[in-house]
Amino acid sequence: MELNIFVQHFINALSLGSLYGLVAVGYTMVYGILRLINFAHGDIFMLGAYFVYFATIVYKLPWAVGVVLAIIGTTICGLLVDRIAYKPLREAPRISALISAIGVSFFIENFAVVVFTGMPRPVVQPPILMKPIEFSNGVRLIPLGILVPVVAFLLVGALLWLLYRTKPGLAMRAISFDIETTRMMGVSVNKIIALAFGLGSALAAVAGIMWALRYPRVEPFMGMTPGIKAFIAAVFGGIGSVPGAMIGGLLLGFVEIMSVAFFPTLSGYKDAFAFLLLILILLFRPTGLLGEKLEDKI
Amino acid sequence: MEMLKIKNLNVNYGAIHAVRDVSISIDRGEIVTLIGANGAGKSSVIRAIMGLVKARAEEMIFTSPRDDKPVSILGKPAETHVKLGISLSPEGRRILPQLTVEENLNLGAYIRDDEKGIAEDMEYVYSLFPRLKERRRQKGSTLSGGEQQMLAVGRALMSRPDLLMLDEPSLGLAPILVDEVFGIIREINAQGRTILLVEQNAFAALKVAHKAYVLEVGSVGLSGTGAELLNNPKVRAAYLGG
Repeated sequence: MELNIFVQHFINALSLGSLYGLVAVGYTMVYGILRLINFAHGDIFMLGAYFVYFATIVYKLPWAVGVVLAIIGTTICGLLVDRIAYKPLREAPRISALISAIGVSFFIENFAVVVFTGMPRPVVQPPILMKPIEFSNGVRLIPLGILVPVVAFLLVGALLWLLYRTKPGLAMRAISFDIETTRMMGVSVNKIIALAFGLGSALAAVAGIMWALRYPRVEPFMGMTPGIKAFIAAVFGGIGSVPGAMIGGLLLGFVEIMSVAFFPTLSGYKDAFAFLLLILILLFRPTGLLGEKLEDKI
Repeated sequence: MEMLKIKNLNVNYGAIHAVRDVSISIDRGEIVTLIGANGAGKSSVIRAIMGLVKARAEEMIFTSPRDDKPVSILGKPAETHVKLGISLSPEGRRILPQLTVEENLNLGAYIRDDEKGIAEDMEYVYSLFPRLKERRRQKGSTLSGGEQQMLAVGRALMSRPDLLMLDEPSLGLAPILVDEVFGIIREINAQGRTILLVEQNAFAALKVAHKAYVLEVGSVGLSGTGAELLNNPKVRAAYLGG
């Protein structure tokens, strides 16, 4: 493979992987705290994409404004999902919340079909993000391909700073080990859980927006496959670990893009590779790359 | 001056009546201890005070020396207690294993914003337990049992509580450490903090306590000063090995 082609695949993998990573971080945060797989997370991602579509293409707002509004709107939706579907079930057996999560996911998808219609809608990409930059060695890159990983890394970096350098971050890490003890220290546990949902949803919104720009269209079920793959990425990296989710996302992005790049005949199987990876992890390293051995909560 | 007044406290776990009409009074500056056999309901009383279990009572009134205002703490959620001035070092230590010693202590000071005061109190905790200072960057899970106990007590001190509750601080410790822990309890009390101590080690607890209650299957059997109970033949026979 020629170098310039390889570099393009590499950037492509980096950008797809960091999108998986951004979504995976949301799964991993909620799982870390509540031991709940938030199946609605992929649909929150879809809402982010739709909101930016409506703001910029239907209502013709500038991109910067549209992006901010979409992030705010998506975050509110994520908080509502927690408040309505999960908070009343905090004391219930875990399986109840899981079933509620599946219900919320179906609800959001079908609600989107009703409100937005099932028709895929094309997203007009801002030309500035699409104008290829040519390098002397023949490598051509579009700015979007570089923007996506840069934004993703900055956001995950900011999240890690919040988790490891601030008080709410300390509370969030503490809750994931022992809710009762953390509550005794004066932490309003439900506020911190809401913060986790809000942050996860905001990151999913950013991922959804960038996804909509990359594959320029939005449709109500666009969150399903990326959602499941991001979940695989979170398991791969070690569910509960934020850096693990990002690493898992990147590795999954590379597996997908590179398998197709090196074996173009297998391109139809690219999703199968992702699931094969999940099965292998669960068989041989169920705690993932950076996962701690899960002790049941005391 | 009374700090905590509990009248006819009851705790039920399903059909089990774990605490039956227990009345306790704690005055400012005292060390009060609850002793009793395993399953007598000692921890349930302390957990009920902290709001960690559902409880019924005629009265559960806490009066903080900060404002001298009596507040009913019955039925209040656990996260409000520490703001009022009550903190708990729980049974089993409940150290957060993946957080460092320093982070565990910072969590204890979660409700406070005065960075300078927090730093002072951290130094104070390190002066009580120098070993914690050596290990401040280590994860809680790497500490020995005794060090985890020190961390649990230190963490409970970080909120600058008026009433410090210690649930079984000597459980599982080597005898030499037990003496050290009780010495520190005395020291903390001498600096003006009121302490409610739940202990299985009745002898050590009675020696430091100003006032003691003996719990027997959920209700108060005997009460008196620490010295009185130490010399009480019934207590000696039942809890002090003759």
